[in-house]
Amino acid sequence: MFFPISGAHISPIYLVIVGFIIGILGGFFGVGGSFIAGPALRLVGVDWNFAVGTDLAHIVGKSAVAVRRHRALGNVDLKLGLVMALGTIAGAEAGAQLIQMLKRAGNVNLVVSIVSIVVYFGISVFMIWESQKTLRSRKGGSQRGLVKGAKSKMDYSAFSPVTRAIQRLQIWPMIALPASGIRAISLWIILLVAFVGGLFSGFLGGGAGYIRMPSMVYVLGVPTHLAVGTDLFEIIISASYGTFSHAIKGNVDILIALVMNTGAAVGAQIGAISTQYFTGPKIRLAFVPLPLIGAAIVIYTLFTGHKL
Amino acid sequence: MKKETARTLRAFAIELAIYALFVVAYFFLVLNLLGEWLDRLEISHRYTYAGLAILLIMGQAVLLESLTTFLIRLFRGRSE
Repeated sequence: MFFPISGAHISPIYLVIVGFIIGILGGFFGVGGSFIAGPALRLVGVDWNFAVGTDLAHIVGKSAVAVRRHRALGNVDLKLGLVMALGTIAGAEAGAQLIQMLKRAGNVNLVVSIVSIVVYFGISVFMIWESQKTLRSRKGGSQRGLVKGAKSKMDYSAFSPVTRAIQRLQIWPMIALPASGIRAISLWIILLVAFVGGLFSGFLGGGAGYIRMPSMVYVLGVPTHLAVGTDLFEIIISASYGTFSHAIKGNVDILIALVMNTGAAVGAQIGAISTQYFTGPKIRLAFVPLPLIGAAIVIYTLFTGHKL
Repeated sequence: MKKETARTLRAFAIELAIYALFVVAYFFLVLNLLGEWLDRLEISHRYTYAGLAILLIMGQAVLLESLTTFLIRLFRGRSE
């Protein structure tokens, strides 16, 4: 099939399958899936600029499908998602500016690569430790480490004493997030978490859900199921902004995104429904390979000079 | 249990087959016709194209989610 906007010839079946796989991952883990979509588009000859912009457009569609499903399951905190979207957009802009500054100073690739590898490995190691510790403590019948979550989505975390300490920080203004079961938390902490996610998004491209979803659980104390659904809702807003920005620069082939979305529509629903069959710690443990894939891509790029 | 699993898988396969038919028809009837027009719009009216791109992807997402939900209800309902 010929896509006139990007001038690429790509099999629609290939695009549907890629969309389907990303849909399952996105629906289950609350990530955009750009670490797969970008390389998958590059693999069939789509130019780098089109791969980045088109991937963002596809993320909007896939997340919209997954959010509708998660919302029906009660997994979306709209208030938290809207606040986080503001921080993410600001962070993404700051990340893009930081990249420009590093470019002028030289060694941008090396600095960004090393920082991202350390962060990715750090997230994976921490999540393995935390989820395994939580699962072991639950087997022991302990109720300690309970994260204050929405009653229907009670979650457990070995990191919850730190999370509760963060929630107790009285930095005005404090807001309540009843959908997530959080009585009061500083608005600035939410914005900071979103800003850091956005910063990495601006640094590395994509949605950076592999940073934001764990941050929502461990820093804000949002139950895992709600973090997945809310992250996807937040991604719709920030990725729409990114799509618009890339489209006016001529980097979006919407036809490719529409074809990918036909596969993602099925995959995202399978992923979203599957979350109901797993507890929070198990979802977090299954999440561990995603940042590692991100790290592997950065290491590959660093050593070969080929941007996937 | 095995019977139930087989029934669910069969219903899912039928849903996917019907969904695939809709999608193939959509590729040929809608995307092929839209292709050239969107290409011209992307060259001449970037801001309109950018806004329309978001509307199209969101609209399609809602439509496909509704279609799959309808198919699931139709076939799961019959198989139960």
